[in-house]
Amino acid sequence: MSKVLEVENLRISFPDEERRRFYPVDGVSFTLERGRTLALVGESGCGKSLTSLALLRLVPAPGRIEAGSNIRLGETDVLSLEGDALRHIRGRRIGMIFQDPMTSLNPVFTVGDQIAEGVRAHFDVSRAEARQRALRLLQEVGIPDPAERLKAYPHQLSGGMRQRVMIAIALSAEPEILVADEPTTALDVTVQAQILEVLDHLRATRGMAILLITHDLGIVAGRADRVAVMYAGQIVEQAPTDRLFATPSHPYTQGLFASVPRITGPVGRLTPIGGSVPPATAWPQGCRFRPRCPKAFDKSELPPPLLPVGPEHRMRCWLAEERDR
Amino acid sequence: MSDLGVGPPAARLLQVRDLVKHYHASGLFRGGALPVRAVEGVSFEVHKAETLALVGESGCGKSSVGRTILRLQEPTSGSAIFEGVDVFSLDRGALRQLRRRMQIIFQDPYSSLNPRMSIGSAVAEGIEIHKLARGAEVRRRVASLLEEVGLDPGYARRYPHEFSGGQRQRVGIARALAVEPSFIVCDEPVSALDVSVQAQVLNLLADLQQERGLSYLFIAHDLAVVRQIAHRVAVMYLGRIVEEGTTEALLASPRHPYTVALLSAVPEPDPARQRSRIVLSGDLPSPSSPPSGCPFHTRCFHPLRNERCSTERPLLRPVGATTAACHYAETTPVPELLASA
Repeated sequence: MSKVLEVENLRISFPDEERRRFYPVDGVSFTLERGRTLALVGESGCGKSLTSLALLRLVPAPGRIEAGSNIRLGETDVLSLEGDALRHIRGRRIGMIFQDPMTSLNPVFTVGDQIAEGVRAHFDVSRAEARQRALRLLQEVGIPDPAERLKAYPHQLSGGMRQRVMIAIALSAEPEILVADEPTTALDVTVQAQILEVLDHLRATRGMAILLITHDLGIVAGRADRVAVMYAGQIVEQAPTDRLFATPSHPYTQGLFASVPRITGPVGRLTPIGGSVPPATAWPQGCRFRPRCPKAFDKSELPPPLLPVGPEHRMRCWLAEERDR
Repeated sequence: MSDLGVGPPAARLLQVRDLVKHYHASGLFRGGALPVRAVEGVSFEVHKAETLALVGESGCGKSSVGRTILRLQEPTSGSAIFEGVDVFSLDRGALRQLRRRMQIIFQDPYSSLNPRMSIGSAVAEGIEIHKLARGAEVRRRVASLLEEVGLDPGYARRYPHEFSGGQRQRVGIARALAVEPSFIVCDEPVSALDVSVQAQVLNLLADLQQERGLSYLFIAHDLAVVRQIAHRVAVMYLGRIVEEGTTEALLASPRHPYTVALLSAVPEPDPARQRSRIVLSGDLPSPSSPPSGCPFHTRCFHPLRNERCSTERPLLRPVGATTAACHYAETTPVPELLASA
């Protein structure tokens, strides 16, 4: 397994109304490996999308990545890059697709123009060659009748087709890493399955590393190799996917599983997590899940580190210590 | 379904027959635009204290059905009999009376609440319009409604922006309950909520049904959510119901290929139980020019699919434990969908 990206102690801050800084992302670490998918799972406001933007240095002002954070892309220190060197990372080495493909596509250019533009931005090729590559990319992402579709404008395509076009544009730069931020959330379930299939196929054939950002545990099962669950700006549990699903250990992860309606198994009353996610301006002291946690105990008043619970399986909860005894 | 504790109620509350809703392009640039055939002859019943789920993907017409029944939009044709009253023939005054009995909650509780109205006033509005109470009694009722949906009655003076999505949806529910309806159209009420909060709202809806004997038309795209709350399910595709049955029967032995595809596409949070997926080819056809014959034939995977499917539209008929609109419903291939159900 070869690491392609390493994030260490990522902290992102924003100023509040009184210009005090708060930390929506607070000490996140993970690695991406070639040909593997890591899923970053969490509810709205947990910091998962900001984390992904930081990989491309796209954290919007007045937010900033704090000193002490580290992002290494192979030999490159992403956080020290500027100007052209930074542009060379964006798209070319790390591609990105978003939830809503319509707002990311330019409505007045054809799909073919937009993909070819991507090709020519990164490679010194002729217009004709760029057009050829655009055609092959549309084929690769499974768009039927690609030669015809090159001439289509975004509004003439369905949501699923637009997302395929976005993937084709991201691929045009042949990135090593693809960040997919809720890529199927805006799509219908039958189309969602198609898009996930495309991503999986690309991971396998191109050996890309994929960072899949989602709120949906159902998407993660069977699609990701490893999962990191985020809560209140931190990773609270991480494990190989099968392990996490077999033995979810952090009370928050367990709470998520208990609150998801299932299509199989017995139908019982759902067990929701009480309360709601605290705002980033007021993360609780100690364990951040403590106010909502049914298992909180004395020690939860101290902030727990990520502690081992099994092979390659760690969680940010003091209960992990109890298990060893 | 037994967990929900509501047996199969027989009393008919709402009866919808041959509902049609077409949208016509209007304005200077309408050109030769074809009407959007959102609802193409839909019939169903909702019983007392029952939840009927209307399921389908975007553009299938499920929301148009909900809104037309409440006359938030005028139907093109068809009939809806609610508590013995023909909804589509009512004049404005009678319609207002009807709205006391039929309410709606929306997907996005933020855009459905007035940002400048305190939530107490929002909940009180219906009580005042319908003159159900006056003065201190209104405040008392608002407080008890807020409590019933799990909000602190002290929140009455606060404004929508001070609340989270889940709390706003609770306000939306309290607002609907304020006029003491017997029937609520729930239009994707949990789709915009985070999973932990979604469960809270689903439980609340189930509790309210138990306590108040409410009936719901639950409009949704997520079959796992539907399984949790509905007694019966009707699956819509391109403006038509293609399969209908009890939740149990429809999920355990679906007969329409589209239901099978929808079921197999539900992401299941369990890698050990990754079911054989049916990935449909292509997209939903345009509701302005639906395919001839069976509306699903352009995406269908049924091995027997043939000429007949593209020329002759199949009608809903009983097949096994459900009612399905497919010529070959008897032999619809069903992969191991619900291995453990």
